[in-house]
Parts: sequence; structure tokens; C-alpha cells
Amino acid sequence: MKIEKQDVEYIAELSRLELTGDEKELYSLQLDNILSWMEELNKTDTSKVEPTAHILGLENVLRPDISELFQDREAILKNAPQRESDFIKVPKVIE
Amino acid sequence: MLTATETVELVKGQKLTASAALETCLKVIDERDGEIGAFLEVFTDSARAQAAAVDIKAASGRKMGLLAGVPVAIKDNMAYAGHRMTCGSKILEGYISPYTATAVQRLIDEDAVIIGRANMDEFAMGSSTENSAYQKTKNPVNPAYVPGGSSGGSAAAVAAGFCPIALGSDTGGSIRQPAAFCGVYGLKPTYGLVSRHGLTAFASSLDQIGPFASTVKDAELAFSALAAHDPKDSTSIERPMMERPFNMRSLRVGLPKEYFSDMTGLTPEVAAAMEKVKSRLSSAGARMLEVSLPNSVYALAAYYIISSSEASSNLGRFDGIRYGASVKGSSLADVYRKTRGQNFGPEVKRRIMLGAYSLSSGYYDAYYLKAQRIRTLIKQDFDEAFKTADVILTPTAPTTAFKFGEKIADPLAMYLSDIFTIPCNLAGLAGISFPTGKSQNGLPIGAQLLVKPFNESLMFGVIKELEHAA
Repeated sequence: MKIEKQDVEYIAELSRLELTGDEKELYSLQLDNILSWMEELNKTDTSKVEPTAHILGLENVLRPDISELFQDREAILKNAPQRESDFIKVPKVIE
Repeated sequence: MLTATETVELVKGQKLTASAALETCLKVIDERDGEIGAFLEVFTDSARAQAAAVDIKAASGRKMGLLAGVPVAIKDNMAYAGHRMTCGSKILEGYISPYTATAVQRLIDEDAVIIGRANMDEFAMGSSTENSAYQKTKNPVNPAYVPGGSSGGSAAAVAAGFCPIALGSDTGGSIRQPAAFCGVYGLKPTYGLVSRHGLTAFASSLDQIGPFASTVKDAELAFSALAAHDPKDSTSIERPMMERPFNMRSLRVGLPKEYFSDMTGLTPEVAAAMEKVKSRLSSAGARMLEVSLPNSVYALAAYYIISSSEASSNLGRFDGIRYGASVKGSSLADVYRKTRGQNFGPEVKRRIMLGAYSLSSGYYDAYYLKAQRIRTLIKQDFDEAFKTADVILTPTAPTTAFKFGEKIADPLAMYLSDIFTIPCNLAGLAGISFPTGKSQNGLPIGAQLLVKPFNESLMFGVIKELEHAA
């Protein structure tokens, strides 16, 4: 399958990436190359093979759902691009 | 430069102060890092304060840590409270870590001195450190060449003698490949042995922290300080290490026949260096045998699907809201698009899109699920090979270091430099790159030793005996 400019626009939107016109051209070429190279995977039949997501097959680990105090709240808030007193300011979410 | 092992001995015996050891390193950095560019930042003040504290502890006669007074560089994707961390990206310019990564904390608890943060490919994506948004790092052996990547700054720091130990992270070879290019030791421990809490996630099912060192003994020392269970990392394993006594005379060394074939791009010089390692192992009494890893030909493609898919999810957190760069936009989604579009570099954008595509509706089965099935086959290949072999020997990379700009325009050519290191991550094994000679033009060549999970001590033992015999 050929990756066209509109495919790149669709993937970029899924990825929340704003691309320039030049980038769209370049990435459609490069992604097309990479994805056609990946088609070599189809040379092997895996219909009877189970997928591996985690190599050591560990069980999920959970801790008790009890909140702990972070020692330096200010250090987190200082990294916020926009802040108002002890809140992180975000753009309007609901129109 | 003193090795880490020598430094610890002298500091413990109060024949050397941690402060003096640090100042020696700072001086070498001052003299040469302008040319090499291994560090994005040298933590001069905090390192001096730390070294002074180590010296007070030593003078008080208290029991000293495993890394007493050893200056250690950390890759710039590890959190260190109160210090900057950028992951080599513009999107984290100005970010200051509110907490410390467990791996870094373990070094500090063992009385190491954190000397600075090392350059890297943006978000650990790359094989030459050319994808750093900040600077190039030169190979200390020959500055016309790349140091490898993605942990290129860490490898260069150890190779240039800036510090005896540096931490890197390895998702598909990002410790072992630069170690080979720079002529040092680079270890990727078994998946789950070193905590990733505080390591900026790239591909969580593959990422692992490990050390660079200039001797195998130092690599082992750093590893023993790092490996421990951490409740803050849900993939961290609680189990004792396998301390297997071994005899070189009964050691079976597996040589994957597919890795020595033409299709891997293995250069004659690297192939010749491998022959020398084989004959050294043979004369030490080890038995060479052929093993087959037939599905390794699919490893590279499967790796790029799996790692990019995981990255597309992990890097979703960089959205311009809670930390890092933020670009104003007309809506929340517009803030996301502009912040990410303008602050991620080309390789990161390429991989996020590749991952989003592999996971998207209609393509999930053909790409992501297919790659995970291939991953099973690759693991099964290794399970089979380790039935007859105790260790597996391969080249670390098909070539020696390449020149700047040589592969940056062609992502696929760059990806090929990790062809021998990637299967280890997919299978969750431990692997180490150790120096094994030089090419005609003086560039280092690395060999890779792979062992079953939790068999790091066997790996260290084999290399030590090999070097002892030489």
C-alpha cells in the first residue's frame, strides 16, 4: 500500500502533530519506504503463534490505592508552562 | 584515569578524597569536552557538594558504599531532583526534575558522585546521537566519526576519560552499539533487573538502564549497585541473581550462523575481529558451536513496529500542558498539535507516526499484532539456542563507527546498525558489548556476549577469563 500525503495528514492528526507542507512530502516518502520494508514480515506465517507483549510474563503489580504525599509540590508546579497560584492553567476544554 | 574499582579502593582506604577524584575528572572535561561534546551539562556545584559529603563520611569511619567517590555521568533521560533533564529534545528545554530516578538514587546511596548529564539522540531514538536537538557528540577515538547512539554522550564520556562510569538506556542497542563504536564496555541487563522509575519511557517492553565502563570489573561493579527490586516500577523483578560457577573448559559458545552471513552487512574487518575472539575463546578451552536464530531476519522490522507503537503512546504525555515547551493555539487540540509539531525533531515525529499507524484501526493486526507474534518466534529461537549454548557470541554492530551525516538522511540505513543488538531486547536477555580490537583506521570494534535472563555473572566471568588468558 502506498502512503500518500492524505495518509500522512490522517496519521499526523492521530498523533497530534502539526506538520508543514514539506514535512508531509518527506514523511509520506519515508513512511512509505519503511512500511514497504516491513512487509517482509509477511513472508513468515504466524497464524498459529501467540503474540508476546511482555517478555517475562509477569503478573501486573498493584499497590494499595492509598495516596502518598509528594515531598516537593512546588517542584512540579514550577514546570507548568502556565500557572495561577497552585493551579496549572489549561486552555478551555469545553466550548 | 583511575578506574571505578581503583577509585573506590583508594577512597575507602582514605588515600584519595572523592573531591580530588572529582576535580581530576572536571579538569579533563574542561580540557576536552569542548571538542567532544559528551555533556549537555556538568553538575559542577552539586557534584562538589556530593563529593564533600562522601569525604566527610569516609573521614568519620562509616561503612562506605560500593561506588565510594566514583564520578558517574547519567544519560539525559534520567530524572535527578533539582537538575535539568531534556531527553535531547526541545520539548523539555528548561524542565527541572522534581524527583530522582531510582537508578540514579541507587548510585547516590552507594556514594557515587553524579557529575553531569550526557548527550543523547532525542528520546533515545537514533544510532549516532546526531538526533540530539542540542549538539553533536564526537567519537573520542576519532572526532570525525559519530560515537554511536542513542547513549552516545555516555559512551563518549567514558571513552574520553571524563568519568569511569556512565549510565545509558538500551531499547534496541543504545548502550551496546555506542560502547562498541567508542571502544568501551556497555551492558544491557536482563529486562526487569534495573528499575526504570524516573527513566523517560520510550518503549516500555524493551527499555533497560545499564552502565558504560572502561573495564569489565567496573561494569560488574556498577551493575551490582544498580540491580535491585523497586516497588515504584511494576516491571521490576524480585529475584536473586544466578551465581553459576563455570569452567571455561566446559563452556559452550553459540555462534548464530545467520549473524555471520552476508545479508547482515557485516564488514570484513568486523568479521576478522570476531574470528580472533573465537580463537581466543577456543584456546582458553571453550567449545564453539553453531546455533540458528532463523527469525532474527525479522527482528529489525518487528522492533521498529513494537518500539514505535509504544513510543507513540508514551510520548503522548508531551502535550505542552503540565511541563516543557508550550505553543499557544486556538484550542486545546491546537496547543497539542503546535507544541508537538514545533518541538519534536524529525526522527521522533517519524516514529510517533509510524507507531500511530501500526496501532490504528485497520492496520493493528497487520503490523502491531504481527510484530508481537514475530517477537514470540524470536524468543523461541533463543530458548532453543540456549539449550545447546551457555552464551551466544555475535558482533555488536556490523560496522565500525561511521562519519557524521553518512546515514542521517536514510532512516533505514541507520536502523541497520542495530541489527545484532535488537533481538536481545525483544527476547529480554542480557547482553554486553566488549572491546575486541581495532580496524585498520584505528576505530574500535565490539563483540557482543548474550546470556539467558539473570545470567549476568556468567557473562562477566567469561569476559574476565578471556581477558586474563590474553
